Amino acid sequence: MKKLLDNQQLDITLRRLAHELIENHLDFSETVIIGLQPRGILLSDRLIALLKSITQNEDLLYGKLDFTFYRDDVHQNADMQVPSQTDIPFSVEGKKVVLIDDVLHTGRTVRAALDALLGFGRPKNVELLVLVDRHYSRELPIQADYIGMTVDTIISQKVKVNWKEKDKKDEVLLID
Amino acid sequence: MSLSVKHLLGIKELDKTDIETIFRTADNFKQVLQRPIKKVPALRDTTIANIFFENSTRTRISFELAEKRLSADTINFSASGSSVSKGETLIDTVNNILAMKMDMVVMRHSASGAPWFLANHIDASIINAGDGTNEHPTQGLLDAFSMREKLGDLKGKKVAIIGDIMHSRVALSNIFCLTKLGAEVMVAGPPTLIPKHIESLGVKVEYDVKKALQWCEVANVLRIQLERQNKPLFSTLREYSLYYGIDKKMLDSINREIIIMHPGPINRGIELASDAADSSQSIILDQVQNGVAIRMAVIYLLSGKRESVE
Repeated sequence: MKKLLDNQQLDITLRRLAHELIENHLDFSETVIIGLQPRGILLSDRLIALLKSITQNEDLLYGKLDFTFYRDDVHQNADMQVPSQTDIPFSVEGKKVVLIDDVLHTGRTVRAALDALLGFGRPKNVELLVLVDRHYSRELPIQADYIGMTVDTIISQKVKVNWKEKDKKDEVLLID
Repeated sequence: MSLSVKHLLGIKELDKTDIETIFRTADNFKQVLQRPIKKVPALRDTTIANIFFENSTRTRISFELAEKRLSADTINFSASGSSVSKGETLIDTVNNILAMKMDMVVMRHSASGAPWFLANHIDASIINAGDGTNEHPTQGLLDAFSMREKLGDLKGKKVAIIGDIMHSRVALSNIFCLTKLGAEVMVAGPPTLIPKHIESLGVKVEYDVKKALQWCEVANVLRIQLERQNKPLFSTLREYSLYYGIDKKMLDSINREIIIMHPGPINRGIELASDAADSSQSIILDQVQNGVAIRMAVIYLLSGKRESVE
């Protein structure tokens, strides 16, 4: 097991990502931020808090999206996945959407999330923000627009992002 | 997460965890039904046969809508004008349909126990849409789900089921579901319509409807099942509505606002007066909407239990 980011490095990365978002979206008047259930939410909650404190803008539009019903592996196992909550209390029609997830691996999750998102309306454009990009392991043509860090991994490895709120500390681990 | 059963034959076979899983999944589907695109592609690889040997409009439409919202393909079979009238047996009818590669069967039949019988003879998952006077599990689930929506956790809550209990599969499914969730259940109606020994299911019995309404927080009012009775169990419909019917005046005379439910179709003016059925205390239309979400949840959760094809 290898520690890719410790809690200080993770904090610096989150701040840099927040500033990158501000650089591109300025006052966020045309932008909405959507975290992907279940683990992308922990990252998006943190980023929203950072964005609010840096920009002093309390009106940031923030939603949570579950895409379980859009997965391409719905019937691979005998068990059916019970989804988490979707809460998008605003329209995405004509807006710039930033999807947020913790790890980008095969790209299948993002594909499912895009299908789920388009069920809510037609956004102006969609960008993807991830904390960790697992380089060269894509199974679909998907890429991120904002990347925390890039790692080369093999299929048998797993990247785990731990958060203070849920897992006692902030860190990113590479597990064999 | 999955259900502990392969089929949904009755609430009798479900445990509390199963019911809670179904409710959590139905919460999600209810949210899907509010979106501009009310469909999810989850079951686009599934074909479902709706086999109704007994008349039904609302249950059949509700199931068909649930299946279509899950992107499944649906086939509808109703007994009238089919090979059943030529004397084909139940197993033959269903096996012929299944030979065309159906993954799941939703069945309503007039013989109590028919789905259990079928489950022993076919491979596909079966959902019971009502069997004789035995159970109507999806109705029991959607009724409890609707109560939970208004009252929260059903443990300790007081529910009265009022009307023709004896011929009602809805009553039985309600009783099983609510008692498993820890609610207190009372059945109320004329003594001729309440089965003997029903207390053994853990319910209270009351013959005075007004007292039942004063006791409960929710009243689930059942239809008088004229088509199921072969002997006269009360003198006239007018007498039934005078002594056991519920109207707004009676509801106003109780010191609380209770919730009024009815599985439908309502015999207006008999078991429920229009001013009660259409009042703000009635959640009858919510029940219909919840029915689609619950049926989507049940179909979705049972769709995984298949032998893998290859």
